[in-house]
Amino acid sequence: MSSFWSLWIIVLTMVTIIGITWLLFANRKSTNAGPDSTTGHEYDGIEEYDNPLPAWWFYMFVITIVFGLLYLAAYPGLGNFKGFLNWTQVNQWESEVAEAEQRYGAIFAEYRGMSVENVAKDDKALKMGQRMFANNCAQCHGSDARGSYGFPNLTDSEWLYGGSPEQIKMSIIQGRAGAMPPWQAALGDEGIVNVTHYVMSLSGREVDQTKASAGTEKYQMFCTSCHGADGKGNVMFGAPDLTNNIWLYGGSQGLIQRSIRNGRNGKMPAHSELLSEDKIHLLTAYVYSLSNQ
Amino acid sequence: MNHDFVEKNIFVMLVLTVVAISFGGLVEIVPLFFQKQTTEPIEGLKPLTAMQLEGRDIYIREGCNNCHSQMIRPLRAETERYGHYSVAGEFVYDHPFLWGSKRTGPDLARVGGRYSDDWHRAHMMDPRSVVPESNMPAYPWLFENTLRAELTPKKMQALRMVGVPYTDDDIASASVAVEGKKEIDALIEYLQQLGLLLRHKR
Repeated sequence: MSSFWSLWIIVLTMVTIIGITWLLFANRKSTNAGPDSTTGHEYDGIEEYDNPLPAWWFYMFVITIVFGLLYLAAYPGLGNFKGFLNWTQVNQWESEVAEAEQRYGAIFAEYRGMSVENVAKDDKALKMGQRMFANNCAQCHGSDARGSYGFPNLTDSEWLYGGSPEQIKMSIIQGRAGAMPPWQAALGDEGIVNVTHYVMSLSGREVDQTKASAGTEKYQMFCTSCHGADGKGNVMFGAPDLTNNIWLYGGSQGLIQRSIRNGRNGKMPAHSELLSEDKIHLLTAYVYSLSNQ
Repeated sequence: MNHDFVEKNIFVMLVLTVVAISFGGLVEIVPLFFQKQTTEPIEGLKPLTAMQLEGRDIYIREGCNNCHSQMIRPLRAETERYGHYSVAGEFVYDHPFLWGSKRTGPDLARVGGRYSDDWHRAHMMDPRSVVPESNMPAYPWLFENTLRAELTPKKMQALRMVGVPYTDDDIASASVAVEGKKEIDALIEYLQQLGLLLRHKR
């Protein structure tokens, strides 16, 4: 703050405090303009007494003025004057954080050197993980981690990007971006229906055989590079296994068609900038524990 | 000047009243207009794009700020949940500010990048579909309404008059950027850029 504005604040503040102090004391004694300690006002025969403030009220005012002065001496308020306590919002926050770090840091440190598999067997770590999961992950994956339409279930053994501790941790740290392109242009309406029938046959469902076999060729042409020739998927691209009956975006004929037609771009946000390594470690262990009990 | 005189001359009383109550503003508000912390943008702050600006107007129209604040206070409890505390330089281009004062829903100052676009779409269509305990209303009409592209350049011009550094190019290309887009897309673009500039690992 420039010294002009600093001085501006100091002068105006002090003038105000001196002014109200003067006002308070100047009105302490009544001046009794009229007879019988009245103000001399009379309205329809009603007269107004000119009494000073009651003492308790007067002293309350005095206390607030003294409090104000002490406050301005202790805390920043008068321009560039920092106050005797050197308090700022930021250093209060920093000391809160440092205190918490000291208190909770040790608890996290316990697990820092342990492998995810071992942390996942520790009850206390899992309780901590569960709470962090509720705060950071449950909005999408659900508080029971079972996911919902478009958000993967984390409790089963099916993993888009792999279920090993390293892979789970990588998903949390870097996030994941699904990249299934739309196939409307390449396949056309009939092609989409045919491929849908073929995809449904992969999980052993009853389908129209002619349509499915017509779809096979298109599947081989467009889909195998990610989902594999056998439809088992690929964790490198987050391409789901099409042979089981787990469907992130629904397994009905209509919804599979929609996935093929419009593509799917599910996105898991990266958490490396949001959560500390220690917390990600515990979260990884918690998520790992959900399907490895 | 005695009591009688002031009480019987309404104009004098008016002037003195204004003087008396102006001190607080002169001390607490006026200096802020001349401080670097409040008038200079933080590093990397850019004016909202055409889509983001339209999204912001939808945010205002739907009254999101009645339930969601955009102001993280420097308290550990808040920074643990929401991220880095808010600083004045982040809001230099905000007219009006959307700090809010009530948190029926969570603070949104750093919601950018926390959820995927798909999540926001699901959440706006039916908040309970992703957060079962949520009491937020659904906003299905955002998926149907188309933005009014002819108004976007005017909004940008108005903002430029109050100091947001939009270039002529920004304003000229605004209508094209917004043309035919749905309101939900604008709102999500606005939400996804909130608070990305400051990070604090929790």
